[in-house]
Amino acid sequence: MSASPPEPSRHLPLIQFLDVAVMSMENSELTVLEGVNWSISEADFWVVGGMPASGKSDLLATAAGLLRPQRGALHLFGRDTASFHGDELARERLRVGLVFGDGGRPFRYLTVAENLAMPMCYHQDCAPAQVESTVNAMLEYTGLDFLAHQPASRLNRSWRQRVGLARALILHPEVLLLDNPLAGMDPRQASWWMGFLGKLSAGHELYHGRPLTLAVATDDFRPWLAQGRQFALLKQNHWLPLGGPADLDRCAEPLVQELLASPVR
Amino acid sequence: MAKNPAKEASVLPGFGFLATPWPRSYLNFVGRKLFRLAELVKGLGAFSLITLGVTLSQWNKAVRVIHPLIRAEIYRAGVRLLPIIAFMGFALGFVVIGQTVSLLTRVGASNYAGTVMVMVVVRELGPIATALLVLARVGTATVIELGTVRAMGEVEALEALGIDPIHYLVVPRVIGLAIAIFSLTVYFILITLFSGYLFAFFQDVALLPGQYVGQLARALRWEDFVLLILKTLIFGVTIAVVTCYEGLAKPLRQEEIAEATTRAVVQGVELTVLLDALFILFLLF
Repeated sequence: MSASPPEPSRHLPLIQFLDVAVMSMENSELTVLEGVNWSISEADFWVVGGMPASGKSDLLATAAGLLRPQRGALHLFGRDTASFHGDELARERLRVGLVFGDGGRPFRYLTVAENLAMPMCYHQDCAPAQVESTVNAMLEYTGLDFLAHQPASRLNRSWRQRVGLARALILHPEVLLLDNPLAGMDPRQASWWMGFLGKLSAGHELYHGRPLTLAVATDDFRPWLAQGRQFALLKQNHWLPLGGPADLDRCAEPLVQELLASPVR
Repeated sequence: MAKNPAKEASVLPGFGFLATPWPRSYLNFVGRKLFRLAELVKGLGAFSLITLGVTLSQWNKAVRVIHPLIRAEIYRAGVRLLPIIAFMGFALGFVVIGQTVSLLTRVGASNYAGTVMVMVVVRELGPIATALLVLARVGTATVIELGTVRAMGEVEALEALGIDPIHYLVVPRVIGLAIAIFSLTVYFILITLFSGYLFAFFQDVALLPGQYVGQLARALRWEDFVLLILKTLIFGVTIAVVTCYEGLAKPLRQEEIAEATTRAVVQGVELTVLLDALFILFLLF
């Protein structure tokens, strides 16, 4: 297959992988992806497909600055992460939001509202009462207001995932990374997610109409065909750029057809 | 082949079996244990240094989040343990101290009651009994909590939000536990000394309350106060570091949490007793 390059972005790269080898979160000596050259620019909507255990979560964790590249260079907002000193990386990390997969990993000992308030209070050194209005607004945006005082551990997987989204957005990141957000969701929840991410990508009032840069990892391309602008594939430890949504149908790669749930040619 | 005379000379007659080499399996067993011990010391040392570094460097950071966590830890490890500490203090005072006072009076050595009290309760029994009780009650819960946090991936979630997991999860526990153990020890000592005298009173020991308090005051030296503070704070920090290390430092699966809890309790008891022994040596020399 000769994949056409992704739609060229008019903006500067926010996150840039330069020939990066991605390590596993479980085992730092294991390389899960080799030679990743990925550039996420402002207002992009990337959809990265791959089978389970293909390294999607590790790729996003590296993009979020949680994992060091084994080889190659990772640039966050124009600066090589290898040149960061002290808590510079922690500060830059705040500009990237990560919604974990498999239930969003909310803090189980806190309520939904506390999950949102805690990161704000930590960074602004303030009491929860001082961020109450911001937290309530975010709860309303994400449809979590009626669960505000429920402990996160009592919620089902779909709602926990949504708490993970609200918690990532409360710090107003410039890039939002989502790890398989629709996995195992009922159609009603999935439809809410698609609608909300669509608004974020187009310009949500939360961001004063400014489009938010998004990157989604998924094992199913179908829900993202309408909204994704750049597609890529993780196959056999390698990163394969696929182009725009129109290129997917023309792509002869069997795994792409599998992720589109089409009969393999 | 010529026999090794040095080896023969070193073995007493009838103890020839000592000259035979140890079974390889036994050597392997001892070797593995030593390597694990070295690994544990290295891991705990590194974790302690990281915790110390974070505590000092982020002392003034996010105080409105960290201070309530410290208060919650003091409440959990201190205030909520007051009833059990009071019960233990009363029981030990009655059983051990009261009998000692009674015996000293019978042999005409009632003048030493205060000295014995200070030696047994203030210097030894108080700090270590309180520390072991807190380890059993709160240390185990800490390993389970942090082990679950680790197994559920919440540590990475904290990092993704720019929150240092050591600052948020470990520092409040270390400070809270150190303060809680110090405070509980003070209560434990006061209750034990009181209940010990109560037992002696019921045994018709001819020792007036004023005499008893006077003996205690004379037996106490300024070093006792300093050592009590040092000991309890170090016990608290040690128990917190060991339990946090076992719960947090290494990747854990949920099924490994029970084993990590047992490991932490054993290490906590061993380290506390070892530190107590070091304090005794310090006091003697």
